[in-house]
Amino acid sequence: MAHAPTSSDNSKYYIPHGSPWPIFGSVALFVLMSGAAMTMEGANNGPSLLGAGFVLIFTLLFCWFRTVINESEAGTYNLHVDRSFRMGMSWFIFSEVMFFAAFFGALFYARNFALPWLSGAGAKHLTPELLWRGFEGVWPSNGPLKVGPRADGSFETIPALGVPAVNTLLLLTSGLTVTIAHHALRAKNRAVLTTFLLATVLLGFLFVFLQAREYHEAYTELGLQLGTGIYGSTFFMLTGFHGFHVTVGAIMLLVIWFRVLRGHFTPDRHFAFEGVAWYWHFVDVVWLGLYIFVYWL
Amino acid sequence: MAHADTHALHAADHHDDHKPHGIGRWLFATNHKDIGTMYMVFALIMFFIGGAMAMVIRLELFKPGMQFVDPGFYNSLVTSHALVMIFGAVMPAFVGLANWMIPLQIGAPDMALPRMNNYSFWILPFAFTLLLSSFFTAGGGPAGGWTLYPPLSLQAGDSFPLTIFAIHMMGASSIMGAINVIVTIMNMRAPGMTLLKLPLFCWTWLITAYLLIAVMPVLAGAVTMLLTDHYFGTSFFNPAGGGDPVMFQHIFWFFGHPEVYILILPAFGIVSEIIPTFSRKPLFGYDAMVYATASIAFLSFIVWAHHMFTVGMPLAGQMFFMMSTMLIAVPTGVKVFNWTTTMWKGSLSFEPPMLFALAFLFLFTIGGFSGLMLAIAPADYQYQDTYFVVAHFHYVLVPGAVFAIMAGVYYWLPKWTGHMYSMTLAKWHFWVSTISVNVLFFPQHFLGLAGMPRRIPDYNVQFTDWNMVSSIGGFVFGLSQLLFVAVIIQSARGGPKATAKVWDAEPLGLEWTVPSPAPYHSFSDAPEVH
Repeated sequence: MAHAPTSSDNSKYYIPHGSPWPIFGSVALFVLMSGAAMTMEGANNGPSLLGAGFVLIFTLLFCWFRTVINESEAGTYNLHVDRSFRMGMSWFIFSEVMFFAAFFGALFYARNFALPWLSGAGAKHLTPELLWRGFEGVWPSNGPLKVGPRADGSFETIPALGVPAVNTLLLLTSGLTVTIAHHALRAKNRAVLTTFLLATVLLGFLFVFLQAREYHEAYTELGLQLGTGIYGSTFFMLTGFHGFHVTVGAIMLLVIWFRVLRGHFTPDRHFAFEGVAWYWHFVDVVWLGLYIFVYWL
Repeated sequence: MAHADTHALHAADHHDDHKPHGIGRWLFATNHKDIGTMYMVFALIMFFIGGAMAMVIRLELFKPGMQFVDPGFYNSLVTSHALVMIFGAVMPAFVGLANWMIPLQIGAPDMALPRMNNYSFWILPFAFTLLLSSFFTAGGGPAGGWTLYPPLSLQAGDSFPLTIFAIHMMGASSIMGAINVIVTIMNMRAPGMTLLKLPLFCWTWLITAYLLIAVMPVLAGAVTMLLTDHYFGTSFFNPAGGGDPVMFQHIFWFFGHPEVYILILPAFGIVSEIIPTFSRKPLFGYDAMVYATASIAFLSFIVWAHHMFTVGMPLAGQMFFMMSTMLIAVPTGVKVFNWTTTMWKGSLSFEPPMLFALAFLFLFTIGGFSGLMLAIAPADYQYQDTYFVVAHFHYVLVPGAVFAIMAGVYYWLPKWTGHMYSMTLAKWHFWVSTISVNVLFFPQHFLGLAGMPRRIPDYNVQFTDWNMVSSIGGFVFGLSQLLFVAVIIQSARGGPKATAKVWDAEPLGLEWTVPSPAPYHSFSDAPEVH
């Protein structure tokens, strides 16, 4: 089409040409979601459809991002587009914050309302008399029926001062290293940029590795599983979605690192780097919330 | 508000009007008008699918006793009717209008993120295929009500995961659409168009988009918890494990109440465009309208539990949610009075868009008043889960949101197609719809106050007369929508040429400075706004 302004041409609007990836992505989501639904309902061809969905989604991510990276490197996007991308990324991160807010809300509600009411707080004094005789819901709790893997319904929690404290340190350090890398990018110091970005990636994956080990210990030794009542539900859903976000963030940082090796980004044009860095700080902040409300208090 | 510099528009004429050909134009679309058209057509199709479900519901309720469908299928119809109308008809129609009109109104060439725009549209047909296909699975479609309250919703058959994943997809689509609207308005406005010169349709959509991004992820979280409770042994909504089914209601309505305003704020914007045009006066209290919209959005986050007064909340909670809910009447009243005052001593004419906007003004206000009645916690103990609630939300959604969408379509249709439509046919559509919609929904107030429960396929014989009246109104209303389709098809196929201004008035806004139909690429250079 007639639009091909370069980044020096900031007076013109830029409209991208048509793209096959959105419709491809819609089909991919459809295959993935129907595959997941069929797997959950135990249909025979569910898992293969689910697998096909994942293949399509990864193909989509790879191809769509490749197109955008190539267009960006060809100087197609002007500063106006850059600003749109920045705003878009900020609002996307806000939507992620609200997703976590739902699970934090569930945690606060369960601790401050559901358990006290099950134990007869406020106007609910008949509940423990009639429904769950003598139940005293003290956090951490897996409910009046002590839902969990062990026969006696007991479970242990992960102490805040062990590996979670180390993980806090890891993530906070990784926030620092990604900032140092950013400053180096702006100061045209590619050696420091490469090193500190790689350090960030490694710290991220180390975090995920330690979390996985904690999960393993919780499942095998502590009697703490996803099905361990409301404690296990909130614990694993909150830390699980966070761990997933850290993994995605670390993969994105890795992609950025490869792009840096290829000489991408200039001191004043590097939206992708900044977008990923914002995302990284977001998972960092969510972790601080988790550390305080899930592990510590 | 905004007047474009005509010199700037000549520059736009040099721009190529080349359209991509074939199916690729729609599948790979990046043009805001093409994507807007797809959204509108999709919404219209879903409006008829959801409407067909409503017709079966009214047919079953025509007489007491079971006549046509079995109760399980009836429950599926009630549930899917709501999901289809909310997520498939009203929301996509508003996004379609936003796609078509926001770039034209702010002097932009397109939406800020055109490919994401396409993605957010194309997810929808697949999401609804997923949802509606559940009708053909073992156990039938989702039947626990659109609010998906556990434990009932967890007892569904194969439809359960399909519904949950369809909602995830709709949510992703809405979030992408909303991000696009915000970025477009914040980053693509023509030079000189300061925020307080923004047309009100853009303002209301900007605030709606903010609400969407804030609450759609919360819905995603809520249905994810349902999913894990069902398949992975979590106890979020299971008291035996220390959870609480009421917690779902809190999380759901933290999404659900802002969602209600997502369904009405763009309607306020459309009406705020139309009433000044056909009153031939500028909008009264523009700034107050903007601030009132923002106030409604803020309040929408602190009123959610008025949907669940009867679940057994502490008294302090009921008092807080009752008071905060009634506060919403203040900014809403500001709007209603401003629209009325805009017409005061105006030179009024009653073209179809104005007729629908006026009907909106009166009938939405009826829905607003019944909302105030429902806000009173002790009175709500009586109204909860009766047809009074059904009458209330249908008044704000059908002669409210849907009429505003129709007003918007009638207002801007000549700008889209370049052809005027038959005013006579459109006025027939208006009068038949407006009379029948009241015959349909007004008696439901009486039924509810007399104690008829909602979501039940059978009823006591004492409710027969008003149910028959309501059903007759429903059938007429349903059939009269075919007139709407006739007008749209007629305007798309031809007819008298529309001028740039379309209406025999001085409509304000940049969209009236481009020819009708609007060129494929509207503003390749920014117009100047004075």
